[in-house]
Amino acid sequence: MVMGELPREADLVVLGGGPGGYAAAFRAADLGLDTVLVEARGALGGECLHVGCIPSKALLGIAALVHHAAAAADAGVAFGPARIDSAKLRAWTQRSIDRLAQGLAGLAKARGVEVATGHGRFEGDGSIRVAREDAPPATLHFKHAIVATGSRPAPLPGLEVGPRVWDSSAALALPSTPARLLVVGGGYIGLELGSVYAALGAEVTVVELLDGLLPGVDRDLVAPLARRLGKQFKQILLGTKLTGMRDAGGAVTVDLSGDGAPNQLEVDQLLVAVGRRPLTDDLGLEHTRAARDARGFVTVDAQRRTADPRVLAIGDVAGEPMLAHKAIAEGLVAAEVAAGRPAAFEPLAVPAVVFTDPEVAWCGLTEADARARGVEARAVKVPWSASGRAVAMGRTDGLTKLVFEVASGRLLGVGLVGPHAGDLLAEGVLAVEMGAVAEDLAGAIHTHPTLSETLGEAAELFLGRPVHLPPPRG
Amino acid sequence: MARDFKLPDLGEGLTEAEIVRVLVAEGEEIKEDQAVLLVETEKAQVELPSPFGGRVATVHVQPGERVKVGAVLLSFADAGTGGRGAAPAPPAPARAAAPAPAVSAPAAPAAAPAPSLPPAATPATRRLARELGVELALVRGTGPGGRILDVDVRVAAGGGAATAAPAAASPAAVVRAAAPAPATPAAPAEAARPLAAPVSLPSLPRFEQWGPVEREPLRGIRRRSAEHLSVAWAAIPHVTQHDQADVTELETMRRRQQKREGGENADLTLTVFLVKAAAMVLRAHPRFNASLDHGTGELVVKRYYNIGVAVDTDQGLMVPVVRGVEGKGIRDLAAELTRLVARAREGKATIEDLRGGSFTVTNTGALGGTGATPIINYPEVAILGVGRARQTPVVRDGQIVPRLVLPLSLAFDHRVIDGMAAARFSTDLVGLLEAPERLFLEG
Repeated sequence: MVMGELPREADLVVLGGGPGGYAAAFRAADLGLDTVLVEARGALGGECLHVGCIPSKALLGIAALVHHAAAAADAGVAFGPARIDSAKLRAWTQRSIDRLAQGLAGLAKARGVEVATGHGRFEGDGSIRVAREDAPPATLHFKHAIVATGSRPAPLPGLEVGPRVWDSSAALALPSTPARLLVVGGGYIGLELGSVYAALGAEVTVVELLDGLLPGVDRDLVAPLARRLGKQFKQILLGTKLTGMRDAGGAVTVDLSGDGAPNQLEVDQLLVAVGRRPLTDDLGLEHTRAARDARGFVTVDAQRRTADPRVLAIGDVAGEPMLAHKAIAEGLVAAEVAAGRPAAFEPLAVPAVVFTDPEVAWCGLTEADARARGVEARAVKVPWSASGRAVAMGRTDGLTKLVFEVASGRLLGVGLVGPHAGDLLAEGVLAVEMGAVAEDLAGAIHTHPTLSETLGEAAELFLGRPVHLPPPRG
Repeated sequence: MARDFKLPDLGEGLTEAEIVRVLVAEGEEIKEDQAVLLVETEKAQVELPSPFGGRVATVHVQPGERVKVGAVLLSFADAGTGGRGAAPAPPAPARAAAPAPAVSAPAAPAAAPAPSLPPAATPATRRLARELGVELALVRGTGPGGRILDVDVRVAAGGGAATAAPAAASPAAVVRAAAPAPATPAAPAEAARPLAAPVSLPSLPRFEQWGPVEREPLRGIRRRSAEHLSVAWAAIPHVTQHDQADVTELETMRRRQQKREGGENADLTLTVFLVKAAAMVLRAHPRFNASLDHGTGELVVKRYYNIGVAVDTDQGLMVPVVRGVEGKGIRDLAAELTRLVARAREGKATIEDLRGGSFTVTNTGALGGTGATPIINYPEVAILGVGRARQTPVVRDGQIVPRLVLPLSLAFDHRVIDGMAAARFSTDLVGLLEAPERLFLEG
């Protein structure tokens, strides 16, 4: 027998070292389970850390700085145009990534979580085989396995990723700043990356197949963003389909079809951002009893158990929303379930944030969601023009929207648009999860002058006694 | 008109029942109120009467099956409009009727009907509910906006009325099986469900390494008792006060009366006198007839004297309750207790028979023993254990005389009751049993 062929027995094997996977492995180890974490990338953190949330936020921070510097001119403070050293910016971003990845490796080691580097697949005999680059494959026998393999950018047929066509991962590597960038897809990834490249100096055009940006998001929240992006971007083409592409050496010509869209457009670079697909096809799942739905998501119950009693699934592979913090929360549940504890993934509010300028953030139910559940709900809106802080920032384009159950006054959902909306959302998530009623929000003192006051004001508005808005009529 | 008979709300925290026997056949014409099914809940076996008459088209259940409140039991092809048929039991929430999440493939989320709002409870309270195996959807919240508080969950888990208004506030909460850990490959086919435990227990060794073992799932009353007793034992600091009563006179009187008017319908047992004596002493010592309300930090002193009597049955330990003992005479009590015990032993106790107790008497004397330390029937705060009365040499006026001596063990909740108070209670009880004529002066 060859060394490395010796099967390893583990209580828990976690496939995938992204936020959900490492959270599950860490919690499981802390609960006393002998845990192996299988990760193909060679470093923990997953897409989120390496080609997703973290680098995009590093770059969006820079984009915000560029916008702020430009906006300061209105206040009489001028900085002149930004000079961007792409190589230095890349290295700066990478340093953040490396630092966090090292931190995760240290945390795994401190817990005794064994990290197996390689691609893991379920085998017919109920084990997982890890194909490794520099060693023979390793066989892992498990009592439980957690599938946390995440997702990858969805491809668009006819637009294969290459020098002229980026997906989000390629765009985040910041290979160059094109003069003219066409973003295909008006979802959060396309808008965030479009914002980065616009700040870096690219002329950005967005095409979106549907008739609005951020499909599925409350229109009240999207409208202020769409207005502002209309100024940051060269153009936003809604209800527009990309029908063809020709690489003419110097530039790319794309064919478009849609009302108000030109038939052809010449750009230097394309970025395809049409969503993400779960990574479940090369895992040997057919050797388990785990079932997948039509979109490729593994079907799970509240305990994140699949139809196979030994296999659990979390994160992007287990369904929408594909967000790192949702994966982390599921990972902790799955680890506790694997350890025999009565855990369940039953959040009332999964926060979602689009890190554009302005940010769009929401959690819980919209008025329409509540209606669909047969719940009588009322939304109240406080425009940020009523916020002293927003006025002082020169940003009155924001909006705070709260959804309450009429009968009980219970807070069901929160929607925010404006600078720092993502940070403001935290109070809303806590309030929804705590089952807070309007009187709770109104009775909690909000710091003046901060944007958080708009949450308290919205609760007062629901209660019919706003302070910074005109008195209710009648 | 075709109609379905669904498992009605069985009250007091019961969400499911096991079908013991189907008493009707498909095609059979039945009358309104006719017993159609014998079911066992975690509290009792009960016969379910049909709320309407008609011809049974389909029997949807079979013996051994566990069904949730709201599950369809029988379908009627042409149900009459029975008096109560117009308003059968309130429909159970959809979640309760859905099959328990098993290890089988979960339903695709898209196929599920749009749920209404999840219950308002903080994440910490939801975790508590999972740990205690309480289905939040069935708990009535007492917080702002109907928010479910920890205390609501604990009351639901205890299955008892720990609030000041037991009847009104009794939550229709139900203990569900705690989410089971994924079964290991070697797990038996029959779904054994983990018991709700108030403390986290270390895992068991593999007993098989020392020899063959058998596994038997805990069910029904036995399961319920196990969980209930765990809570009682973990929550209550028990102290037991031992004493003896000279019941020579009482026994003489009892035998005389039993011969005169006892009989099949009114067995004049020693327990009857103990129940009466307990209620009388409780009136003088009200703290023994109380419950500790964790949620409010109050002692709830009850001004009713409902005495539970522990009864050993084939299905496990049951505690039918004699209500309003303070207003009843020995003769009536004998008749009532005889009836209650018989119903419990025959598996016919109703839910009402088993709830609302404020103090419990457990008499193991029939089987011998010199004493036992009983576990308090949570949320009560005291229980009287009774051993076997024996002829014992007793010193009286310097002479050794044979007397019939009854060992008594009073277990009490030391958070509520001090040792001195228990000694006084015990002394008063002994005094009453030794001067039995006083037992006839009340009620």
